[in-house]
Amino acid sequence: MATTDMMQGRGRAQTIHAHYMAMVQRRRLYGALTLLIFFLLFFGGFYVADDRNAGGFWSGLSQLGDFPAGVLSEAWEKRGLLPAHMVTYFGALVETVNIAAVSTLVGALFGLILSLMSTRGLSKWPMMIPVFRRIMDIMRAVPEIVIALVLIFVLGGGPVPAMVAIAFHTTGALGKLFSEVSENADLKPVEGLASAGANWSQRMLLGVIPQVAPNFLSYALLRFEVNIRASAILGFVGAGGIGYELKNAMSWGQGKFDEAAAIFLLLFGTIVFFDQLSSYFRNRLTKGVPQ
Amino acid sequence: MTATDMGPMHQQAAGLFQRKRLIACAVPAVIFGYFVYIFFAFDFMGLSERARMDNAITLASDSWSYKTHVTRDNRSGAISYAIEGERKGEYPEGTRPDWVSGEADAPVVALGAGHIVRFLPDNAITFEIPDFGTIEAQVVDGRVMSNLGDDVPDFVSASNTRLAITTDEGRLTVTRARTEVFHYSPGWELFWFTLDSPYYGHGLLALLTGPQLDSARSNVAGMWEDFWGNRMWRHTDVIFAIGETILMAFLGTFGAAMVALPLAFLAARNFAPLGAARFAVRRFFDFVRGVDGLIWTIVLSRAFGPGPMTGALAMLITDTGGFGKSFSEALENVDEKQIEGVASTGAKALQRYRFGVIPQITPILLSQVLYYLESNTRSATIIGAITGGGIGLLLTQAMQTQKDWEEVSYYIVLIILMVMVMDTFSGWLRRKLIKGDEGGH
Repeated sequence: MATTDMMQGRGRAQTIHAHYMAMVQRRRLYGALTLLIFFLLFFGGFYVADDRNAGGFWSGLSQLGDFPAGVLSEAWEKRGLLPAHMVTYFGALVETVNIAAVSTLVGALFGLILSLMSTRGLSKWPMMIPVFRRIMDIMRAVPEIVIALVLIFVLGGGPVPAMVAIAFHTTGALGKLFSEVSENADLKPVEGLASAGANWSQRMLLGVIPQVAPNFLSYALLRFEVNIRASAILGFVGAGGIGYELKNAMSWGQGKFDEAAAIFLLLFGTIVFFDQLSSYFRNRLTKGVPQ
Repeated sequence: MTATDMGPMHQQAAGLFQRKRLIACAVPAVIFGYFVYIFFAFDFMGLSERARMDNAITLASDSWSYKTHVTRDNRSGAISYAIEGERKGEYPEGTRPDWVSGEADAPVVALGAGHIVRFLPDNAITFEIPDFGTIEAQVVDGRVMSNLGDDVPDFVSASNTRLAITTDEGRLTVTRARTEVFHYSPGWELFWFTLDSPYYGHGLLALLTGPQLDSARSNVAGMWEDFWGNRMWRHTDVIFAIGETILMAFLGTFGAAMVALPLAFLAARNFAPLGAARFAVRRFFDFVRGVDGLIWTIVLSRAFGPGPMTGALAMLITDTGGFGKSFSEALENVDEKQIEGVASTGAKALQRYRFGVIPQITPILLSQVLYYLESNTRSATIIGAITGGGIGLLLTQAMQTQKDWEEVSYYIVLIILMVMVMDTFSGWLRRKLIKGDEGGH
């Protein structure tokens, strides 16, 4: 009696074990297949990209150092001129940072309004929530260069097209992040304010904003870092600031590389400086002031 | 508690309120002041002077409409009809748009709203404009004569060699060489089929259910062929360019992730015992991030030439820094207990990583990578415009020619769709891959 039970039990254990091993094997097979497909796509894609590129990968790799070496050696020869160049281009740098700052401010302001409008429980018109969400999705999807190029055509070159383009995208991007934060806001202060007869803007300003401000600010600072880079890049396609100067310095070619080097240095320094500054403040916002 | 006790507390509270009020006023005031500074620094006043409103109007009207040129060669008298004035959009011999009537060598063009242009023999032309009258013009001995005299209205520019009449319904220009009428119509003409295709001008339903139009191929196959081979809109090139942009983002993002993962182990405090190596790798991450995609793009395009691979490599290098930073932070936050548990079964170092570390960080890594993929799809458009690859290149080219605004709007719509599809796809993938993890927390 007991032995047959044991036999049965062992048999069952064996089937379970076999079943388990089969499952593990299938899982491994799927994992291996996914990896295989991924690597096929990756290297196939790389091959296609290499094929459509003007210069090949391997021949380019050997020339990779030529341009930086050329710029560096020229900058080193004329190192006495670098400070003067930096002073020359400082105005353009300020313009680039200004573009980023204004567009972050404007984007954060509109993003704030849009995010409140598209959050359940906070929206002024709850029926319109899906509409506001779609608006944010579309604003987020528009790459800055699209708006910048169109506005450059209409308004001419300069900082305004870049500012509008970046602010537009920032509104969508920050709006989405903000609405994720405000979804988690406590509604009790809002109810309390409502019972005291506060209107919508008072409820938001006094009940919601104080709760979400640290997170909002931290996201806005992160966006500011991103926007400095975006504003430099848009300058390169004609929207003013340091990117535009860089493009000019580059097109002069050999002999003017010292100016390009000065701009490289300015841009690098600015990006690192604002990254550090913003990460310091973000740390303080999320973890509190160190006692 | 007595009133004397309350005194200082009340004062303190009042002081706090005072400070709060001050900040509440000061922050908007500072921001407002900054905006005022920007208003002057960015020269908003001069903007209205520099703004080319005519450009804006061309752009706005051209993006949803097209123009058909009716051209008479004033030397040979031959009349041709071409959409956007391009050879590829020419009407085949013997055909013409349905708003043209009259004899073949003396057509009457109805521009709409009562504006009628009549081509007359001997290089003469009349333009009937309601509320104004009829303008008559003729090319005589190489000079453009008209009945306008000295009193020229502001929508006409007239000289001995050229007469141009611009109305809301259409334009007429007369020069010694040719007489040209622009007729505007809404829509993206020839978007599906060019005029030489047998399927042009037929409805979809009629094509699918109707008789076979081309004896050599079935309707569906022929439609497919003619649509992709459309020489005006170049759908094949556009789709290839979109693919190239996505490819750049894909290669850049995943390449960066593959490079950054092993390096991140070296930069994580709990995995790298060697302080100097950790410091070096971290500074490397900071450096490649700080140099920024723009500079990498410039440096790389010098070595690799224009093309999609240059853009992909630029993104790869920049994002290696970003990934390295966040991966190493994720690695520093792993739970040691799980690794100990795996180690207690006698697992070797590699197995400890495989079963103790990787499962913990995979969800964080994947969500980071997919997030970067989304944003890189947008960046690839810009980088493509600089290095010359993908849809970004097509967009800047179409912008620079300043005439094919309907193509510009076509590209813009496709770019936005591409980004939204990638957003949706990566969001779906993220939920799918990380779903199992959400239950556990």
